[in-house]
Amino acid sequence: MIELRDISRTFTVGGQEVRAMDHVSLAIGAGEYLSIMGPSGSGKSTLLNIIGLLDTPNSGTYMLEGRDVTSLDDKQLAATRSKKIGFIFQFFHLIARLTAEENIELPLMLAGVAARERHERSAPLIDSFGLSNRQHHKPDELSGGQRQRVAIARAVINRPAVLLADEPTGNLDRSSGAEIIDLLERLNAEGQTLVVVTHDPEIGNRARRRIRVVDGRLAADSGG
Amino acid sequence: MRPLDILRFGLMSLGSNRVRTLLMLLAMSIGVAAVVLLTGIGNGARLYIVDQFASLGTNLVIIIPGRAETASNTPATLVGETPRDLTLEDAQALSRSELVARVAPLNIGELHAVRQGRERQVPVLGSTTSFLDIHHLEIALGTFLPEEDWDIARPVCVIGPKVHQELFGRESALGELIRLGGYRCRVIGILGSEGRSLGFDTQELVIVPVAFAQMLYNTSGLFRILVEGKDPETLPRLKKHITETIAKRHHGEEDVTIITQDSVLATFDKILKTLTLTVAGIAAISLVVAGILIMNVMLMSVAQRTAEIGLCKALGATQGKIMTMLVSEALLLSAIGGVMGLMLGFAGAFGIAQVYPELKTMPPVWAVAAAMTTALGTGFIFSLLPARRAARLDPIRALAGH
Ligand SMILES: Nc1ncnc2c1ncn2[C@@H]1O[C@H](COP(=O)(O)OP(=O)(O)O)[C@@H](O)[C@H]1O
Ligand SMILES: [Mg+2]
Repeated sequence: MIELRDISRTFTVGGQEVRAMDHVSLAIGAGEYLSIMGPSGSGKSTLLNIIGLLDTPNSGTYMLEGRDVTSLDDKQLAATRSKKIGFIFQFFHLIARLTAEENIELPLMLAGVAARERHERSAPLIDSFGLSNRQHHKPDELSGGQRQRVAIARAVINRPAVLLADEPTGNLDRSSGAEIIDLLERLNAEGQTLVVVTHDPEIGNRARRRIRVVDGRLAADSGG
Repeated sequence: MRPLDILRFGLMSLGSNRVRTLLMLLAMSIGVAAVVLLTGIGNGARLYIVDQFASLGTNLVIIIPGRAETASNTPATLVGETPRDLTLEDAQALSRSELVARVAPLNIGELHAVRQGRERQVPVLGSTTSFLDIHHLEIALGTFLPEEDWDIARPVCVIGPKVHQELFGRESALGELIRLGGYRCRVIGILGSEGRSLGFDTQELVIVPVAFAQMLYNTSGLFRILVEGKDPETLPRLKKHITETIAKRHHGEEDVTIITQDSVLATFDKILKTLTLTVAGIAAISLVVAGILIMNVMLMSVAQRTAEIGLCKALGATQGKIMTMLVSEALLLSAIGGVMGLMLGFAGAFGIAQVYPELKTMPPVWAVAAAMTTALGTGFIFSLLPARRAARLDPIRALAGH
């Protein structure tokens, strides 16, 4: 479903070229549960950002569901992000002035979905994510775990092809972190393709397929 | 994104930083209020003057000796002749037309009015009976100038209430004698305390028969002749008739200038309209200043909301959508500020109208429209740059700048 071929990404920092992604090829099938591990600065986030269409590789091709998405224009890029990609961030990135429910519905609002339909689609998520008594609260009235659950609900409300999580537990205590991983695994069990970046081996080792990135290269791949 | 959502989103984001929002609203509303109020005052002044003229009747024609525009081209001026005077006979000749309702010859000067040691410099106006009706004057006591041959220099006068008060105090003036420039003349009437006409305060005016005035000023000429037409419709014909009659009497020279109320009115109207526009333009500059303020504050706001904008892009917002959101926010701000400014401006105009009832300070519709358009226009233009900057943010960096 996702196919990266010979992807490279370089950054120029102070005249110095930094190779964050060095000729990486990777294929991910539908419904897979994949973890990306590796030392800090090895290129995990860069890989995830490229898969999530937040970043564009300097060379190589990226096929998403059989379609070449390597160089899309702004409109196509936005539409693909909206329909195919669900992103979860370490720092949640909720909008402070919006309630939990409004934050969850934000992708639908941006896509121009009517309020009634937005509500119909957010209600079951709020229910199953255990946020029923918190939906009208603002992010600063929620615990870290609750915030990340709101962020996950937001990421999956558009039924994306792939759910990408960059250190989703990095800002949480152990028990809320475990809860979040449980939730993500539950979604994967329902068929959601899932890619988790983490430096925590305990979390990374739970994935069915584990990838190790070192210096912008795939150092190990447990299978696939 | 639906328009209603854009609006709600914009309002929420404006509401999340109250001080900033209030500051921009204040700047916008002061600008709009200034435009509305200043044009209101300008327009009020214009209406006031138009009104003053209209009260004289629009079928009034004024004849002035000498040719205004082409004076330097006539052979007479080339040989150094001064234009021929207008005379009482000219005025009399004009009154013999069926197009004319009334004719009033006019002489004006300043003289000393003296009575028992009390002395005062007054404007002395020489005319005839019809002057009363042409200028809509009122007599408070006694009579106006007698209806008789224009060339009888009867030494009588009608005085304004202020002249009466200064020369006579509380005593009765009717039938009493005063000295005007060395001649004695009898007071036969006192003018009503109503008003002002054509630049004269009738309160301090002395009116005498035209022939007496000519004697006082030692002239055979006239300052001007006022002709009131019977019908405003026939005014062009009347003008032609006047030109021909005077030319015939002045050996074929068209050596007078004919002014109609309409043309004077049109000139004043034009001057005041230009003035109002200028003032409105200056006020509009304050709107542009408000626009620049909006731009700066929007740039600040974009910097503060970098993460949010990056998030929206990551969630599938196009650059166009981000721009629409931010420009709408600025437009919303301009609209609210504009409406506040309109209310402020109209309140000010109403206040001024309370203090000066004769000044109708109602801001014209075009000014309201122009102020609002400028407010929205500056909001739009000055939000484009910040909005573009936001739209082009790289989502990864925007989200990382935590
Ligand atoms: N926007 C950027 N500009 C310059 N260098 C970057 C940028 N993003 C990442 N890098 C560099 O690329 C390399 C990989 O970074 P990243 O993918 O964030 O690593 P990880 O997520 O594994 O810690 C690092 O050396 C980092 O400094
Ligand atoms: Mg990282």
